[in-house]
Amino acid sequence: MSKKTYEEINEKIKRGSAVVLTAEEVIAMVEEQGVKKTAKKVDVVTTATFGPMCSSGAFINFGHSDPPIRMAKVWLNDVAAYGGIAAVDAYIGATECSEDCEEYGGAHVIEDLAAGKDIKLKAISYGTDCYPRKTIECMINKNSVNECILFNPRNAYQNYAAATNSTNKALYTYMGMLLPNFGNVTYSTAGQLSPLLNDPYLRTIGVGTRIFLGGAQGYVAWNGTQHNPSNARNENGIPVGGAATLSLIGNLKEMSSEYLKAAVYTKYGVSLFVGIGVPIPLLDEEMVNFVSVRDRDITTTLYDYGVPERSRPVIRTVNYAELKSGVIEVNGKQVRTAPLSSLYKARNIAETLKDWIAKGEFLIQEPAGPLPTQTTVKALEIKELD
Amino acid sequence: MKKERFTLIFSPESYSKPITYHLVKLFDLRINILRAEVTPGEEGHLLMELEGEDENILQALQFLRDEQIKAIPANKQIAVDKNACIHCGACTAVCFSGAMVMNRDTWQTQFTPEACIVCGLCIQACPLRIISISFGSDLDA
Repeated sequence: MSKKTYEEINEKIKRGSAVVLTAEEVIAMVEEQGVKKTAKKVDVVTTATFGPMCSSGAFINFGHSDPPIRMAKVWLNDVAAYGGIAAVDAYIGATECSEDCEEYGGAHVIEDLAAGKDIKLKAISYGTDCYPRKTIECMINKNSVNECILFNPRNAYQNYAAATNSTNKALYTYMGMLLPNFGNVTYSTAGQLSPLLNDPYLRTIGVGTRIFLGGAQGYVAWNGTQHNPSNARNENGIPVGGAATLSLIGNLKEMSSEYLKAAVYTKYGVSLFVGIGVPIPLLDEEMVNFVSVRDRDITTTLYDYGVPERSRPVIRTVNYAELKSGVIEVNGKQVRTAPLSSLYKARNIAETLKDWIAKGEFLIQEPAGPLPTQTTVKALEIKELD
Repeated sequence: MKKERFTLIFSPESYSKPITYHLVKLFDLRINILRAEVTPGEEGHLLMELEGEDENILQALQFLRDEQIKAIPANKQIAVDKNACIHCGACTAVCFSGAMVMNRDTWQTQFTPEACIVCGLCIQACPLRIISISFGSDLDA
């Protein structure tokens, strides 16, 4: 049985002799040549996704002005950032909306920062003996600040529900516009190219895994929030809904606005498309089996978003080959499907990461620690106030 | 006499009425239906050419407004900033007329202006806000 270590794969990457395929390309190879030969021949498979990921944001340290200020409240281009961390640190969350314009928010600030654009910083304070200044308004950009760190609490959902609408009114949701009377179905995945669907039990993805993040090299920081690896799995071992998630970190100064795009969902709010690529080392035949997963092996649940409750009614189970075909059957009717995450961009990221590895510019990193594999997600039960 | 094209957008409640009959009968208009998409229980779209006296066309438009039917002049056209498109596909979820479609080989969205009825749903659906209505004279370009 062919086995490889992280070190052996990295030696090949440094020599320029590593064999790297995307998670779509490896499917054909496994079908033609089988698992054993693929395990021997291929070293790394690249996976990627480019979808809207609300739980994203950035830490910024602005540097100290003269006289200095202890920033208590902070705005970037009129979008409120969280200033309750030290004197000149702030966190700008992707979904925070501008106070003047609901079509501009934290995600736009992050995209503009990545693009190198100037951003208006405004902060106020009550003034202290050591930080006497009470207000500041000036322009900053990613090169003028000390640190600009993208730190996304929850990205790269392992799988995600599909959405439809049974009511007679259009719904405006984070799953896009859902037309009345089951007028459409939307879904968000890179399917067989998606990172966590290619390593369903998180064997090679853990704390410290080096990844492609927003056009630069970044890292898995921790499990993401709402991490739910205990979710039910189908017969192929694939979770049938939202399961594992990743918390990701990287240097926003090195990132590109090509891979961080602000999104506005009408009557919902702002989100951020995040470009993520994760290399999966083919350590053994089990990993080859995992990365050869196909769209038809991956199922998700179609929910009726017309019912405004936490537990929405399940309409049906559906696989991604069906969803990606453009039409599925819902209650005996042919209904149009549409993606919300860009497979075109995800493919571009998987190819870019493949290129980095093939050129020896990107080494794979063995996790410093595993991600939880047994935890569950809790609901917020409304406990009466004391 | 003049001839103008409009896209009529019907709400699920309004399209059971014989609108074309009223336009002919009440306003003496010649009507040429160029494209129609009407499904019970959903929004309906009708691209039509109205020919008649200026005053009659104006009155007909007021009648349509009173009936809660939107009439969008067809000299408007949808413009897509193709270079800024990330091909997420959100616009294809709402496009009834098949003007915005996803190419399922390249996974790039494709816009066919000739199929567009300018209903404007894609403008709201596009998360990058790169789709707009323009008033072009080059409608058929």
